[in-house]
Amino acid sequence: MTRPTPTIRVQSDDFDLQSEIDVLTDGRTDIGAIVSFVGLCRGEQNTLSALELEHYPGMAEAEMQRIAGLAIERFDLMGLTAVHRYGKIAPGENIVLVIAASPHRQAAFDGANFVMDFLKTSAPFWKKEHGVDGQPRDWVAAKDADDSARDKWS
Amino acid sequence: MVKIVYFAWVRERIDKPEEEIELPASVVTAGDLLAYLKTLGDGYEAALEYPDVIRVAVNQEHVEHDEPIAGAHEIGIFPPMTGG
Repeated sequence: MTRPTPTIRVQSDDFDLQSEIDVLTDGRTDIGAIVSFVGLCRGEQNTLSALELEHYPGMAEAEMQRIAGLAIERFDLMGLTAVHRYGKIAPGENIVLVIAASPHRQAAFDGANFVMDFLKTSAPFWKKEHGVDGQPRDWVAAKDADDSARDKWS
Repeated sequence: MVKIVYFAWVRERIDKPEEEIELPASVVTAGDLLAYLKTLGDGYEAALEYPDVIRVAVNQEHVEHDEPIAGAHEIGIFPPMTGG
């Protein structure tokens, strides 16, 4: 069976969940399950005016491509889309999108989960907080829980 | 000469996004590179104070600190990732 080519994008613009799903399922009748994940910027009890997302151009796309390839192979996915934004993102706005398609639900759930766990720990993106006064604050610290989430797949 | 690119707080502390550096022959592994860079000034010292947490990518692929960096044309140095 030919493996599907994932759709991977790193962009400053917002994305639209439904149109990304439409692109993935266009003209197909063999997909039985679509699982999507959208990560949003939290306001942290109104202490945050924005998250500024920095990325390593080229490597970010390459790493997302690699993770997507692993997920397609491992869960026999029929399609996979991953979009990650960069730049300043306000509370309530979208940061990341993952859509996994498969014949049955379990592979799609697992595939989307797997991609997010690896994306958080190995795709080169960093978040910096901006306070409500508009001034840059600290860089977000990496969490051990994210490493544990990734390690459950090994 | 090798191009080194820095990101996030490593970039801020070193105070430049990238530079071309001539590496001494004694720098063989990614860990050697971090130890060498740390000697180049206060900013480097502050950025690389705890080298164990720093991540290194050779030609845009992650490497461990004990891996050689021979053949690198671009080396990325950055803190643990916090995307998603």
